[in-house]
Amino acid sequence: MDLRNTWDQWPDVNGRFGEFGGRYVAETLMPLILELEAEYRKAKEDPAFKAQMDDLWTHYVGRPSPLYFAERMTEHFGGAKIYFKRDELNHTGAHKINNCLGQVLLAMRMGKTRIIAETGAGQHGVATATICARFGLKCVVFMGETDVERQKPNVFRMRLLGAEIVPVSSGTGTLKDAMNEALRDWVTNVEDTFYCIGTAAGPHPYPELVRDFQSVIGKEARAQILEREGRLPDAVMACIGGGSNAIGLFHPFLEDESVRLLGVEAAGHGIETGEHAAALNGGKPGILHGNKTYLLQTDDGQIVDAHSISAGLDYPGIGPEHAFLRDTGRAEYLSCTDAEALEAFQLCTRLEGIIPALEPSHAIARVGEAAKELGPDGLIILNMCGRGDKDVFSVAKALGVDM
Amino acid sequence: MPTSRISDAFARAKGENRAALVTYIMAGDPDLETSFEAMKALRDNGADIIELGAPFTDPMADGASIQKAGLRSLANGTTLRDTLQLAARFREEDQTTPLILMGYANPVFRMGYGEFASAAAEAGIDGTILVDLPPEEDGELREEYAKHDLSVIRLATPTTHEARMAKVAEGASGFLYFVAVTGVTGAGSADPKAISGNIEMAKRVSGLPVCVGFGVKTGVQAAEMAKIADGVVVGSAFVDHAEKAHESGNFSSAPRGMGALAQELSLAIRTIAKP
Repeated sequence: MDLRNTWDQWPDVNGRFGEFGGRYVAETLMPLILELEAEYRKAKEDPAFKAQMDDLWTHYVGRPSPLYFAERMTEHFGGAKIYFKRDELNHTGAHKINNCLGQVLLAMRMGKTRIIAETGAGQHGVATATICARFGLKCVVFMGETDVERQKPNVFRMRLLGAEIVPVSSGTGTLKDAMNEALRDWVTNVEDTFYCIGTAAGPHPYPELVRDFQSVIGKEARAQILEREGRLPDAVMACIGGGSNAIGLFHPFLEDESVRLLGVEAAGHGIETGEHAAALNGGKPGILHGNKTYLLQTDDGQIVDAHSISAGLDYPGIGPEHAFLRDTGRAEYLSCTDAEALEAFQLCTRLEGIIPALEPSHAIARVGEAAKELGPDGLIILNMCGRGDKDVFSVAKALGVDM
Repeated sequence: MPTSRISDAFARAKGENRAALVTYIMAGDPDLETSFEAMKALRDNGADIIELGAPFTDPMADGASIQKAGLRSLANGTTLRDTLQLAARFREEDQTTPLILMGYANPVFRMGYGEFASAAAEAGIDGTILVDLPPEEDGELREEYAKHDLSVIRLATPTTHEARMAKVAEGASGFLYFVAVTGVTGAGSADPKAISGNIEMAKRVSGLPVCVGFGVKTGVQAAEMAKIADGVVVGSAFVDHAEKAHESGNFSSAPRGMGALAQELSLAIRTIAKP
């Protein structure tokens, strides 16, 4: 079988990546997601849609993001050359806006006037609120009650941008509950509302949509490394929560079998403690939020809360394409604890003058080992998917610094 | 024959020129013993079919009442096997009242569709409603159910247009559950006039009895729905009695309150003679 064709064919017509993915939603939502899929197929073929995306990517988001040779990190580890894909330089400070822009443009094509979103740390919420402000759309963001308290600056940013924040106290008041509440809102307001999902999960076609919009990361990185080094990298690395930045980086390299794909999950206090967010390394297949994928759950199929120092990785599931890439062995999934991420956060800040978000700090924590393994002739691209300004308060607290 | 328990229940109601009363409670809320007493009270006060909620941590189609009921039940440690055991206990002393397990896909998927189907049939369950398992995704489950004559009961909603209704009806059996409002359980209330056309279409396309639920709480509302549907489903209003019992610590108040509500609903439905 020709793997080039094999990797590109997913998801299949049923929205599946192998056995993962699918459309596990209440019947009320079925007509909506089928309509969304049909509209997306049309938009993909429409040059005007692509032209509008490209224009906003260039002039509003600031794409392409640079590919930067992290010289001092490379020296520090003494192995492969390490490049950073600088998606933290995007407008709003993370990769999230790539996807929000695409989804909101789709929503407008469909005549929807009200955009809802879930958010954990607030990055997806801020990106969604930003695009909604740009186009004058009503925006409602669901956020776990505890996160509203912990992420006050982002809550204020969203409000400044005109979004309504709905604190979610149901369930355990975390990101998964915010997603449940967004789904409940959507089944209630089917006529005018578009659900802008922030990660590469949810019912088909969301994992495909989000992947396609985020693939701009990998497409740019692939072209940039070919120009800089004249060859493909040996490995590409990204952190994984739901997995949107990672799938965006990985997907354009799937056909390049020589390129290793390394995802890094959040191990929290350690996978053995049970307090982590590593669905692939510590979970089992199950069904939640519209898709079949790896989930943190009990033997009775009840969902277990995730834990990570990084609110952006604090989710008990994972995008279905990652579940598929793991089971097929095409991608490898490592993990990194809270403590290791904190170390990496400080290391990168001091060596490169770049304050990374806690999310990519997880990938940074594993990049040294990969670099040493590949040796000085190797090439690695790491996705710097967000900047750390939002995290300085929680890092200070973790380091025992009183601000 | 489990499917015949469901069709017999609708036949009995039809024989009395009325709609069937379908009642929902959450298994294990406020505890399993009380649920067992509640099931008997519902049956004794006019419930034709009992839906037994299986708790799930992330009930995305449920409103506040049933969400909280599920969390109370989970806090008691209720598992899917406990819910099946509760059904089996009721079935020992009642061989006619249909029992429908209602919940979400993951606990059933985790147990394994084959193992669940045989355990459910063994426990005397007649069918299931798994909210997040639409026709596109329940093929494997249906194969297992066919071995045990279990019914796949599907949901249709105001967004289900005629072409979609054919898909919803494909492979469905027992009855069709028409969700009266676009929304979650317990929220808002439906205007029977607004949905009567949808219900007619659902009956015609599916050829199954059509029950209406979501937002039906009182006798007056139930009677209105009984005019246009083959059955009326009430859930959150029953679950609220379990909440009160949980809060007061007086668990025996739950079967009493639920029985009284079932009687009110049953009498209201009986005032509506069907042509």
